[in-house]
Amino acid sequence: MGIQLSCENITIAYEKTIVVKNISFQIEQGDYMCILGENGAGKSTLLKGILGLVPLIDGTVLLEGNMKKIDIGYLPQQTQIQKDFPASVYEVVLSGCLNQKGKSFFYHAKEKERAEYNLKRLGIEGLKKKSYRNLSGGQQQRVLLARALCATDKIIFLDEPISGLDPVVTTEFYQLIEKINREDKISVVMISHDISTALKSANKILHIKKEESFFGTKAEYLKSDFGREFIQNIEK
Amino acid sequence: MGLLKEIFSYGFMTRAFIVGGLVALCASLLGVILVLKRYSMIGDGLSHVGFGALSIAMVMNVAPLSIAVPVVVAAAFFLLRISENGKMKGDAAIGIISSSAIALGVTITALSSGMNADVYSYMFGSVLSMGREDVILSIILSIAVLTIFCLFYDKIFAITFDEAFAKATGTKVDFYNMLLAFLTAITIVVGMRIMGTMLISGLIIFPALSSMRIFRSFKSVMLSAAIISVCCFFIGIIISYAWAIPTGASIVLSNLGIFLIFVLLGKILGRD
Repeated sequence: MGIQLSCENITIAYEKTIVVKNISFQIEQGDYMCILGENGAGKSTLLKGILGLVPLIDGTVLLEGNMKKIDIGYLPQQTQIQKDFPASVYEVVLSGCLNQKGKSFFYHAKEKERAEYNLKRLGIEGLKKKSYRNLSGGQQQRVLLARALCATDKIIFLDEPISGLDPVVTTEFYQLIEKINREDKISVVMISHDISTALKSANKILHIKKEESFFGTKAEYLKSDFGREFIQNIEK
Repeated sequence: MGLLKEIFSYGFMTRAFIVGGLVALCASLLGVILVLKRYSMIGDGLSHVGFGALSIAMVMNVAPLSIAVPVVVAAAFFLLRISENGKMKGDAAIGIISSSAIALGVTITALSSGMNADVYSYMFGSVLSMGREDVILSIILSIAVLTIFCLFYDKIFAITFDEAFAKATGTKVDFYNMLLAFLTAITIVVGMRIMGTMLISGLIIFPALSSMRIFRSFKSVMLSAAIISVCCFFIGIIISYAWAIPTGASIVLSNLGIFLIFVLLGKILGRD
């Protein structure tokens, strides 16, 4: 299993305050890594830094092997703009194929098939013609996941995908992610508040705090001070 | 029918129909994007900058578009930058720039030739203000805007719906934002001759809002906005001719009429 992504000493500042400090980790093909940490620990910022959405003040992000920028799938947090955006589910999912079509101006049959395939894969082909803004929160997340899967066969980044979803929908969503990871060997990097799921599905953990961070396998995490302290706090 | 025949017997009216129809088309397509990206007021700000540039061109006695196009394009890039960086609030920056540009334009005009009919027509729109060269340049520019827009339609959709996703997955978002700013600037400069500085933003915002009341997919919103915009333009310009009202005002009013009808239709169809 080859390394897909390695990050060294990532440091990110927001208006001169350092919010992410010296984070290093590697993702191998097929990994399922959860990023844990309290609110304000810089989880989302770290993810944005890795994806090139915010500038790094130090450190490097290296795509290894045959990974390219256009092989990345991303499920961002919903924005205000999307809540009343007039677009059909199909239009949204197809837009995930944008960088698969190369230099061509328009989508070809190949990309359209890919969009259809991902609609089926996530069980939302019935919503194809529906308007995105009229869907429930769980359906919207599935649509965005389908779009992310159109963009990649290799690695997918998820930024708190289950926030605002009810428990049943949350469980279903986690099962989908796990299926994609197990069956299709797509690496998963996910920010999550939900430690029990993180410990159930993930094989690697990145736990970040203001001053220090932990990166390692799940077994190492459970034995570390970091992991023990965190789990104790939650049990209280 | 007799009225239409009479209208088209004037060369300047025919020219206004062609240029105006094309501009209405450009403005409605870009308008959907600007409204969705929350950039509606950029259009308004740019038209004020355009007024300042036109006043300067008038004093210098050069072709209006040769000054207005570069100045407004530069202003568009600048406003886009400010809106993205967020050091100064975007809307406040637009307010400062647009009022300064108007003040500058009015001052220059007052000092040189005094306020005259030309200034009035720049403010509220006139079909008489376009010369033959202007018309040809306007047609070329609007066709260029339409072509570029259609070619990059898929990318424009992706960055409008979700800029973060587009950027993370390898789309050159900054480039396409610049492209949009560029197309908007050109549309505004060409359109403000007919619509007027104060009213051009109506041409951009109204068709988008009207069609979003009824339609739910991006493509249908785009198509209906384009149709609404061109129809309202034709209705407006005919009314303007029949009752001798400034063109911009009658076009905006017909857009307002359509908007109210669509709001009502939306309620009846239960599309809130």
